[in-house]
Amino acid sequence: MRLLIVEDDRDAADYLVKAFREVGHVADAAHDGEDGLAMALDGQYNVLIIDRMLPKLDGLNVIGALRGKGIETPVLILSALGQVDDRVKGLRAGGDDYLPKPYSFSELLARVEVLARRRVGRSEETVLRVGDLELDRLSHSVRRGPEEISLQPREFRLLEYLMQHAGQVVTRTMLLENVWDYHFDPQTNVIDVHISRLRSKIDKGFSQPLLHTIRGAGYMVRDGAR
Amino acid sequence: MTALGKLFRTTTFKLTLVYLTVFALFAAFLLGYFALNTRRLITEQITDTVNAEITGLSEQYRLGGIRRLVIVVDTRARRPGSSLYLVTTFAGEALAGNVTALPPGTLDNSGWVETRYRRLDESEQGEHADHEALARVFQLPGGFRLLVGRDLEERERLYHIVLSAGRWSVIIVIVLGLAGGLFVTRRVLRRVDAMTETTRTIMDGDLGGRLPVAGTGDELDRLAENLNAMLERIEALMSGLKEVSDNIAHDLKTPLTRLRNRAEQALRNAKCEPEYRTALEATIEESDGLIATFNALLMIARAESGQARDDMSEFDAAEIAHDVGELYEPLAEEKGIALKVEAEAPARVKGNRELISQALANLVDNAIKYVEPQGDAVNGATPEIIVKAMNEGERILLTVADNGPGIPESDRSRVVERFVRLEQSRSQPGSGLGLSLASAVARLHGGELTLEDNQPGLKSIIALPRGGPVQSGG
Repeated sequence: MRLLIVEDDRDAADYLVKAFREVGHVADAAHDGEDGLAMALDGQYNVLIIDRMLPKLDGLNVIGALRGKGIETPVLILSALGQVDDRVKGLRAGGDDYLPKPYSFSELLARVEVLARRRVGRSEETVLRVGDLELDRLSHSVRRGPEEISLQPREFRLLEYLMQHAGQVVTRTMLLENVWDYHFDPQTNVIDVHISRLRSKIDKGFSQPLLHTIRGAGYMVRDGAR
Repeated sequence: MTALGKLFRTTTFKLTLVYLTVFALFAAFLLGYFALNTRRLITEQITDTVNAEITGLSEQYRLGGIRRLVIVVDTRARRPGSSLYLVTTFAGEALAGNVTALPPGTLDNSGWVETRYRRLDESEQGEHADHEALARVFQLPGGFRLLVGRDLEERERLYHIVLSAGRWSVIIVIVLGLAGGLFVTRRVLRRVDAMTETTRTIMDGDLGGRLPVAGTGDELDRLAENLNAMLERIEALMSGLKEVSDNIAHDLKTPLTRLRNRAEQALRNAKCEPEYRTALEATIEESDGLIATFNALLMIARAESGQARDDMSEFDAAEIAHDVGELYEPLAEEKGIALKVEAEAPARVKGNRELISQALANLVDNAIKYVEPQGDAVNGATPEIIVKAMNEGERILLTVADNGPGIPESDRSRVVERFVRLEQSRSQPGSGLGLSLASAVARLHGGELTLEDNQPGLKSIIALPRGGPVQSGG
């Protein structure tokens, strides 16, 4: 995956470039809005990571210029402004995701990978399959092998989101944002309890677990046989 | 000089000058008008009398000829007073009367004339006549001429008396007005100076100072009272701020110290990679906690500054109660707590959905943390949390009630403050900001957070006005 990081703090940019290279991605860095825009227009990037406040050309303007030229590369906005309305502004300007600073690298990585793969578009499929687990979005039914599994509506949406991003790390914040539509930190880790409930419904009694906890990052639905 | 300069620059003094000018002009106009009218009136009176006399005298002439006229005029002319008479022949030779030294040609035309003259009984003083008179010349049948007039000295004297009265009164108005103005200005200035003095000491840092109030209830008193109320509020805010910064210092410094110690210790003692790894993981965890505290503080600051009023919309609070209840229900169950949501009827309210959700989530989170786990429960009852959303008149209520140990009444108002955590809860995780945020959110919406005794347990109530915050003064 090719990434462009537009961030004026050189230390932070260098750290991100190094960290992304370590996990096997190609990352370039630009340090102001104009350079960033030029590089984004030239290179074939899968995801752009753009800081909101940049010298010369503001992050939101860079995104606006890109979208104006018909370039639909997914953009993740990084920002020190973390309030809900800042987020809404960022997404309205054409960003695809918004991550307030300070962030953890695992959170950023998980979100970038989800953004990069979104193009493939599992979201249109009506039946999602991971191993012998099957989720039918039309009939709202879930089955594992021959067995019908009954889920609460929220559990269904939780599993649906995890299966849409099968093979990818999904963080607790991402779940809270996408399944519950909350953008605050609920202090106690309520998500873990929801996951363990879901896990007991889909994995209990099967030799091959599908819902995995990724330490220090989040969760992943994956066919263990792979 | 500077004191006087200050006096002259004051608004009161400038106003005094303006009023003084207006008043002096008015007085001058009034007296001038009076003087002119008096003069006109006297002239009219003279004209009437003279006309009547001429009619009378010409009647005498008609009855008794020139001889009788001369006798009558002669008698009248000898009386003292301001009446003037003269009878002449056609050639101008005086036959009777008390007037002489008329300018030549005065008697040539009949009609009204204002002229200089000298009385016959006065001794000659120089060449010119020295009195002024208003007279009428009348031509009698037979070529005789009759002049009847009045001395104008009286009229002029009266005119001048009124004029000088006018001048004096204007001067007195100005002098008295200036003196009064200076007096009032100095009084006002003294009070303003006292206020300025107090303000200066307040600016120097003595926030306890208050402006003097004279107790007369005038505009300066009202101003002083309002400023004092403002100072009261500022002092409360400042002491609140100081308390908060003290608490921030304490609650952020403690984890920061822990963070630093742990890193230092790892540098000194760790010998292998797993040991470094453990230390680093603990460091990250600690900094995540710090970030969460910072975020909560920013959120409270934002709610308190009223910025979040911009994105308010109408939504159903009952739905929020269900959502939050659903979010926490598995966690509560895991801890052996029964979490129930009672919100059947829609409770529509205008507000910031995200913030209200978070406020309610904080209350539920608190209840889960502090309700006693099974076994220790009061009266042996199952720990229970009930989340409710309901309508109450023009307000909607979101309540979270538990049957845990509750909060002693004396501590209830204190726990809402930032970072306040009761002694028995120090061991629990949490920033101590949950209730402060809920309270700030309620106030942002023009509502309030109250804590009540649930007998047993704690009942937290967020009351919000249905229509959102009242738009008054920001």
